[in-house]
Amino acid sequence: MAAFHLVLALVLAPLLAGIINRVKARFGGRMGKPYLQLYYDIAKLLQKGAVYPTASSWVFRAGPVVGLAATATALCLLPFAGNKALFAFTGDFLLAAYLLAMGRFATVAAALDTGSAFEGMGASREVAFAALAEPVFLLGLMPLGLIAGTYSLSFMLSPAYGANWGNDWPVLILLSVAFFFVTLVENCRIPADDPNTHLELTMIHEVMVLDHGGVELAFIEYGAALKLWFFAALISGVLLPSLENQYASLAASLAGVLAVVVAIGVVESVMARLRLMRVPQIITLAGAFAALACLLSVR
Amino acid sequence: MANHITLMNGTSVPVHSIPSLGIGEFSQWLTDELHNRARVCAFFAGPQENDSQNNRTSRMLYAVLARDAENSLAVAATPAPQAYPAFTPAMPALHLFERELYEETGIEPTGHPWLKPVRFPATPHGPAIGIADFFTVTGEDVHEVAVGPIHAGIIECGHFRFQCQGEVVMHLEISLGYHHRGIEKALQGGPTKRTLPFMETLAGDTTIGHSWAYSTIIEALAHLPVAPRGQALRAVALELERLANHTGDLGALAGDIGYLPTSAFCGRLRGDFLNITALLCGNRFGRNLVCPGGTAVAADAALCRTMVERLHLAAKDVEGAANLMWRTGSVLSRMMGIGTVPEKAARDLGLVGPAARASGLPCDARSTHPLPGMRGHDLHTHTLQAGDVFARATMRHKEIQESVAFITRMLQSLPEGEVYSHPTPGCSNTPPLAPHTLAVALVEGWRGEVCHVAMTGAQGNFARYKVMDPSFHNWIGLAMALRGQQISDFPLCNKSFNLSYCGHDL
Repeated sequence: MAAFHLVLALVLAPLLAGIINRVKARFGGRMGKPYLQLYYDIAKLLQKGAVYPTASSWVFRAGPVVGLAATATALCLLPFAGNKALFAFTGDFLLAAYLLAMGRFATVAAALDTGSAFEGMGASREVAFAALAEPVFLLGLMPLGLIAGTYSLSFMLSPAYGANWGNDWPVLILLSVAFFFVTLVENCRIPADDPNTHLELTMIHEVMVLDHGGVELAFIEYGAALKLWFFAALISGVLLPSLENQYASLAASLAGVLAVVVAIGVVESVMARLRLMRVPQIITLAGAFAALACLLSVR
Repeated sequence: MANHITLMNGTSVPVHSIPSLGIGEFSQWLTDELHNRARVCAFFAGPQENDSQNNRTSRMLYAVLARDAENSLAVAATPAPQAYPAFTPAMPALHLFERELYEETGIEPTGHPWLKPVRFPATPHGPAIGIADFFTVTGEDVHEVAVGPIHAGIIECGHFRFQCQGEVVMHLEISLGYHHRGIEKALQGGPTKRTLPFMETLAGDTTIGHSWAYSTIIEALAHLPVAPRGQALRAVALELERLANHTGDLGALAGDIGYLPTSAFCGRLRGDFLNITALLCGNRFGRNLVCPGGTAVAADAALCRTMVERLHLAAKDVEGAANLMWRTGSVLSRMMGIGTVPEKAARDLGLVGPAARASGLPCDARSTHPLPGMRGHDLHTHTLQAGDVFARATMRHKEIQESVAFITRMLQSLPEGEVYSHPTPGCSNTPPLAPHTLAVALVEGWRGEVCHVAMTGAQGNFARYKVMDPSFHNWIGLAMALRGQQISDFPLCNKSFNLSYCGHDL
């Protein structure tokens, strides 16, 4: 069952971007791209060669590979639909957080390796916001661990062992909001970043991968899709009610993932992007929610 | 004797009637006029004239100023020296004119703080393309970001050099001129068959603005009356051009901040306005519409009714799209207080158009310098005080509303009669022009004041034809707006001005 989730994630992750784009298109009165567009893009990119900046070294080439590998490994630690993850042990949530951080480090290092002013700016912004978002992510996991009494994601996110809607609903509501904000920031969505912009000077994530192409770009796109799945599945895990039936639980989890990406699409459609200097404020807000959840879970 | 001659917009004066002042007197006159809130429309070197008696060539420097309060233009001249003390330190509005003068003629404004290339001409004497001496800031934490001249996206060439401390821009230097095509030079000796197409395409988004200014110049120089119905249709086309571009700008501003609904709606609506122009003349950008004497195409009552109907349909949707944006808190928070140009800076730098009006300067050539036959049609000139991106955005919305009302009024009461006064309609035939005459035409295009100045030689051909696109005045405004701002806000500020590269580069 754990391996099934991993396969599900690897196969369905690129679909999430397609759903977000369709939701946004609907709000804008447009048809939108096909749901499967990202699959087509990745397939196209995989067939292409690559051009490397003359100033770059192996660091530049390693970035996308390490980024994708780290994110995929982090997914192996995430439980889904109330089932244990492929790997589960005490403290695995720290490993998951650091794997995501490692992926980011590889991307940032690759961006800096090009020596471009744009990419350096993007890297600086990415790291500045990540320095705030990572503690909030860990702070958000803490109440789940406190309630479950164990620090393994597989138990923390299980309605049977950990927090459930019967007793801990205020904690779960606060955490799902906090994780949603973290998801927006970590996955470079509006209001933190604009995934569609072509304006280098305003970009955060996109500008760091400007010089990548071909297979490497496919890895980056796929890695980003997996990361979005990671966070959507995390929120879905927080929201998951305690269900007897295995299939009902799976359906509810998938519905949770769908709800998260639709919510992202709606947020992107109804509001403008924040000015860069105000992004830390939404991260702080998420941190406040997570801290409040911590207080509520200490009994 | 008066130290200048005054004329109305769209009229001409004999060149010999323009007073020639000594350089000191000329400088004093400029200082006094600018102090009394006159604006510099054009400052340029006249044609080379052969002085057969002394066996040398001589030329004059001309300044055309707009006195908005008196609804008149003032012109004076001074014999061109080899060098003279620069006017820029006292009158910053002249900074780009003096740079241009130096580059084109070699007349040196000594003490000019910023004598750098304006354009990169394809001439042996011009600076090598892209070579300019940029200001640099040195010190801890300071870094330089260079953007362009080739950009990501389908936009024209321009180079932007930011001196930043972290995310804060200390200074932005804009280097243009990559699109220099030598239009003014090509116009000399005209008018020819090619002159009008040149005018229509020198800044493609201001086709009506430039072709109307050119036609006014010809009418003034040939003493050709303009057909009232044609003049009214030109005014309608000018406002349609404004509607299309302002709507496109509102959508582009929304797009830059990632606000999708308005971005998507305005993108479509811009096309609706362009299509109304196409309904009138067959071309979405209004080419082959304006010609000396009137317009090349007529409009019957049925067409006018259809145009009004389609205008109101599109205008209603624009209202919805714009109000959607103004009701969204995140949009307001993103736009307010960004890229502020204070009123004093706007006045000192000589900004024009919606950008100047958003900073509180009531300059609008439609009201203050109506073209012949356009008196009494003046529109309400809105001004705002904030001078930020939000003010420039809301200014566009206000002007959209004003233009819709204006077009409706005009189309419902078009003067009867022919649309042209010239016996052979069509754009390639021009009547003979008066020799040794100077004519000025100001048209308030959507981006601001379009100014054309023409001087004819002995045979009635253009000895000098000066084109001032509003972008020429306003690029410096963008550089000033960026001072102390976040570098990530540059695209938004840039879009709020939406200046033309080719209109500046000519």
